[in-house]
Amino acid sequence: MNLNIDVTEGNGKSAMKLAGEIDAYTAPQLKEKLLPLTKIENNQVEVDLEGVHYMDSTGLGVFISALKSVNESDSKMRLINLQNRVLRLFQITGLDEIITLDTAIRGGND
Amino acid sequence: MDKFDFIEMKVPARAEYVGVVRLSLSGIANRLGFSYEAIEDLKVSVSEAITNAVEHAYHDEDDGEVTVGFGVYEDRLEVMVADHGGSFNLNKVKGGIGPYEGSESVENLREGGFGLFLIDALMDKVEINNESGVVVVMTKYLHETGVGLDDDQISTRQ
Repeated sequence: MNLNIDVTEGNGKSAMKLAGEIDAYTAPQLKEKLLPLTKIENNQVEVDLEGVHYMDSTGLGVFISALKSVNESDSKMRLINLQNRVLRLFQITGLDEIITLDTAIRGGND
Repeated sequence: MDKFDFIEMKVPARAEYVGVVRLSLSGIANRLGFSYEAIEDLKVSVSEAITNAVEHAYHDEDDGEVTVGFGVYEDRLEVMVADHGGSFNLNKVKGGIGPYEGSESVENLREGGFGLFLIDALMDKVEINNESGVVVVMTKYLHETGVGLDDDQISTRQ
């Protein structure tokens, strides 16, 4: 019931790797680490969700905040390697239309 | 009346206990024979209901408790989540749910508005009772013969 957050930064790119669960308890920790990356001008923010095996609307809320923030700083954000069940939440809510999702390796651990 | 087993848990209304209830729920749903996908739907729905109760308690600066009841039937699982804090504005909650529509601007997107919408989308039946605190009663059938996807609705009793 924890979330591990690893961040690698450099050359106009920030890569975040997540592993664990995103819920009401861990979402504030994610927000605290992710939002500063989205405020950097002209940054490419990439969030790897391959290790996330549970997420609910608290996670969707963090990514909506992050999207608003990258739009203000002329930066870009994309989410990669979503597990099928995490991807499904973006699809049910219609958020897959506005958040860039790269699902090429989705469901890798299913 | 159907025979059923009833399991009740009381947890402090704090975010760190949402995962604890989720683990118990997994065990109960697994015991009933729910599919892997259905258990994932249940985990999200029940977590959303508890998160709402926890946030509500937090805003009232109230160290309250959340009561979760599991009604284990032969053909379905009923989960009740009760927040015994003061009542909240149900119309406001109901008005704030729904999927993202292409016409909305990103700036106006609500960051916390998807919880009840997801419960409605992932469960077969949802009832909200606002008489004393807020009680959300969610039902998922073991085999999806109970309620069709298009028949989903949120009913409320005030």
